Amino acid sequence: MALSHDEVLAGLAEIVNEETGIDTDSVKMEKSFTNDLDIDSISMMTIVVNAEEKFSVKIPDDEVKNLLTVADAVNFITAAQG
Amino acid sequence: MSHAKLNQFETVRFSKIYSLGASRGHLRVTNDEIAGPIDSSDEWIRQRTGIITRARADKDQSLMDMAVEASKEAIAGAGIQPSEIGAVIFSTISHPYQTPSAATLLADLIGANPAPAFDISAACAGYCYGIAQADALVRSGVAKYVLVVGGEKLSDFIDPTDRSISFLLGDGAGAAIVGPSDEPGISPTVWGSDGSHWSSVSMTGSLLDFRDGEASWPTLRQDGLTVFKWAVWEMVKVAQQALDVAGIKAEDLSALVTHQANIRIIDELVKQLKLPESVAVARDIVNTGNTSAASVPLAMHQLLKDGAVKPGGLALQIGFGAGLAFAAQVVVLP
Repeated sequence: MALSHDEVLAGLAEIVNEETGIDTDSVKMEKSFTNDLDIDSISMMTIVVNAEEKFSVKIPDDEVKNLLTVADAVNFITAAQG
Repeated sequence: MSHAKLNQFETVRFSKIYSLGASRGHLRVTNDEIAGPIDSSDEWIRQRTGIITRARADKDQSLMDMAVEASKEAIAGAGIQPSEIGAVIFSTISHPYQTPSAATLLADLIGANPAPAFDISAACAGYCYGIAQADALVRSGVAKYVLVVGGEKLSDFIDPTDRSISFLLGDGAGAAIVGPSDEPGISPTVWGSDGSHWSSVSMTGSLLDFRDGEASWPTLRQDGLTVFKWAVWEMVKVAQQALDVAGIKAEDLSALVTHQANIRIIDELVKQLKLPESVAVARDIVNTGNTSAASVPLAMHQLLKDGAVKPGGLALQIGFGAGLAFAAQVVVLP
């Protein structure tokens, strides 16, 4: 069953927390991965791979550069589940 | 029409790895020494890649020096004479001549002249490609003993300002002697390539571009995300296939020896393969860095040297990298 935006956000926040130690409450929809959360490209790779696994979706390499904010990632994953 | 009957090679049922040899660059280059030009830090590099030092050769230590040292250790360990070697296979991407091959010179330097000798260009999969070839040569009866070397002096092809791959790379050579066996010692190899990602680990230019002034000295580059995802998702499947064709389960392994690309990839593979804690996982990258074709034999040699595994145990070895190319097999530890 497809997860809601809130459920995807919560799951993504856990992945970000595990990778970077950033508090899950800080992973909000409007945050930018690089500018606000200070996530570098290597951490982003791990987050993408873990998100693919957790949500059973494929995130194409070309798409990753478009995932600038948490909302971008949540929206992509939510749509990709469907 | 002649009715003369041809001779063919008598086949041998099984093969195994008799021994390993290792040689690393003499220098231990710390993260602090290379962090400046990539605007990084020791902590960042350790956390993201697992590397604390990388082995690098200086100007006075050549790729061939390391290959000879590793080969001599393997030959001595196998208890054979160099003249008994029936083929020399050298996997490398950093031999600085288009021709002649590195393997013919190596064969001569170690006393295996006039054995057939050739190079393999399969980058980080090169050693496992070489073991596949050696296994086939031994079992088909073409050669009794085969020397397989994976060796690189990658520091000749790095750019200190490159954040994609250069800071990971090290220098070294690993060697193995493969020969006949009474028991199975090398499983069927699962190998292949995906040239649709040909440019994802590549050089900044060709030698022709360099000659024509259109590129500076070619150095290595990679598209980290593409390679990372491929290494994790596709190599898990390849590793599992290798276990399946070997007829064993993950819990039967003593060791997992992957190409030492990045600690993150190694950790993901361990997680995805659901390896029990009893399996020793090679993490030679911490001290040696990523040495491409040399990394699998160097990492296995280190596990044995440290006593983390014992001869006779089973190890899944898997190489993957530029090409893209990959190869995996289960071997009995020498």
